[in-house]
Amino acid sequence: MRREPGLYDEPEFFGARQGLIVLTDQGLRLRLFQTRPIPLEVDLECRPGKLLALVGPSGSGKSTILRCIAGLYRPATGHIRCAGATWLDTGAGIDLPPQTRKAGLVFQDFALFPHLNVQQNIEIAVNPGFTKSGRAEKALQFLEHVNLAGLEKRFPHTLSGGQKQRVALARALAREPAILLLDEPFSAVDQVTRRKLKLQTLQLTRGLNIPIVLVTHDLEEASMLADTMCVLHAGKTLQSGKPAELFERPESTLVARLVDVRNLFPARVEAQLPGLEATRLECSGLRIEAAYHPGYLEGDDVYWSIPASSLLLHSRLRPSKGIRENPVEGRIFELIVIGGICTAVVRCECSRLDFTVELPVHVANRNRLRVGELIGFSILKKSVHIMPWEPPHGGSPRPQDSSDSTCNQNGWPDRRP
Amino acid sequence: MDWTAFSLSLKLSGATVAVLLIVGLLVARSLAWRRFPGKSMIEAIVALPLVLPPTVLGYYLLLFLGRRSPLGSAVESLTGETLVFSFGGLLIASVIYSLPFAVQPMLQAFESIPQGVREAAWCSGLSKWSTFWRIELPLARAGIVSGMALSFAHTMGEFGVVLMVGGNIPDETRTVSIAIFDKVQSFEEASAGSMSLVLLVFSLCVVSLVYTMNRNFSARVRG
Repeated sequence: MRREPGLYDEPEFFGARQGLIVLTDQGLRLRLFQTRPIPLEVDLECRPGKLLALVGPSGSGKSTILRCIAGLYRPATGHIRCAGATWLDTGAGIDLPPQTRKAGLVFQDFALFPHLNVQQNIEIAVNPGFTKSGRAEKALQFLEHVNLAGLEKRFPHTLSGGQKQRVALARALAREPAILLLDEPFSAVDQVTRRKLKLQTLQLTRGLNIPIVLVTHDLEEASMLADTMCVLHAGKTLQSGKPAELFERPESTLVARLVDVRNLFPARVEAQLPGLEATRLECSGLRIEAAYHPGYLEGDDVYWSIPASSLLLHSRLRPSKGIRENPVEGRIFELIVIGGICTAVVRCECSRLDFTVELPVHVANRNRLRVGELIGFSILKKSVHIMPWEPPHGGSPRPQDSSDSTCNQNGWPDRRP
Repeated sequence: MDWTAFSLSLKLSGATVAVLLIVGLLVARSLAWRRFPGKSMIEAIVALPLVLPPTVLGYYLLLFLGRRSPLGSAVESLTGETLVFSFGGLLIASVIYSLPFAVQPMLQAFESIPQGVREAAWCSGLSKWSTFWRIELPLARAGIVSGMALSFAHTMGEFGVVLMVGGNIPDETRTVSIAIFDKVQSFEEASAGSMSLVLLVFSLCVVSLVYTMNRNFSARVRG
């Protein structure tokens, strides 16, 4: 029989014909819009087996989005498709209740049922199609899966925070959900347990072939766990991408600030040099060469950023590669060591810019970095990221107009304290 | 000791509690977790019997249950008996009079269940009805039991409304409190004293039972 191309090549149709699992439509696809009472402008997707982290300051609508997916909050307009089914389509009047959405939700405070023991807490979410003993067996399986075997007869108030979190996870999984939603699942747990739990959660959820959406305000947590990270501000999804991509190439200064990019400076495009594959910036008297960024004109005001870990220290012991790229000299005026990483704030004396440099502690020690010392470093060309101009903090349209900060000779706000 | 009055009081209190369990749960559950215009008004109406003099309440009940009222005449044409000065009338009066004692603890118990726990139940696939049976009702148990115990004790001791609506008919409307009043009026102090003592001990037992139960329950649930 002759195949009609076009038609059969449509993956959904082909999959349906073959009785295969339809891969294209198994994930989550979500669009939400409303202006009141909570503004929402959301466009997201997440494939099965992937973890999407929603990050943003508190009040940015992260939890509301999870509640929309679970069916606990109804947006003014929206469309949610998950696992090949439409859960919400305000246009068509479809709005499935939480009971039929098959979303496993781990609440921020876990919301365990206080009057039921651990086993009953999990059993209640097991498909009622099973027999009583079948449900009990399932519950015990899930309990073992989260490494809590032996605690089945305990009541929630006798459990530690980490144990409660895992019971909540087991309960969410017991439903055999089509999507797993985690609402700040580590925030109610102490620091030490948190690190362990993150690793465990990573292991437990990696085996699941469903989309996982994690809400967090902890950027480190998001970058550690997520395949895709999405930055939210005031209910709006600003940028989605791999965590590293967001830290290295934020689309706007707002995203850069939200993901805590510390080296973010205003500059002016001095020259576009496509032949040399370079864009040259003038920044407070410094001339910085970046990889070629098309789309900007000479004379444009822009912002540029560089990750704190991409600034290359000029070794005081032996010269290293790349020191000829954008060399800068400055004096260390702050030095903080946390968890094996040394963070130095270096004030560049000619331009009065403060750079944040991150180095492994052993490198900092070998180079005998101390507060007050003069060091040199290079701004690596390929790590310089340029983004469009935006007035800082909704204030003046151009830095020259800013009245609340003194300006240096280049017209940029003086960054000295 | 007027045992007929005592057993009538027990019967009235039992029936009142049975009716209030249903009515109280309905009212409390439909008021809990909701914000709607006029909610304060409904709460005020439910709480009104707490502050209204029993005579005022009794007067209006007479008006609405009396032979000339639509309800009173309907019941009379159906059963051939009047609603006032009968056990049925007394029951209606007791239910209204004890409503706040049942509703308030139940309402408080429902509202103390965190919203997240109910949402977790829905997200675990439990329908609203199973959430009520398996989550809300057990968690509100202490409040429901206190509401029932308090309305039972309150009905055992009610006086003014019974006198207004029920009068003093032996084995029909003469409850313990009325009987005590009767005995005092006729200077039968010993009898009045023994009945008062029984009522006192009984009320004390009910109230302390409620407190003990609440403490044990919250200790088990909240640790």
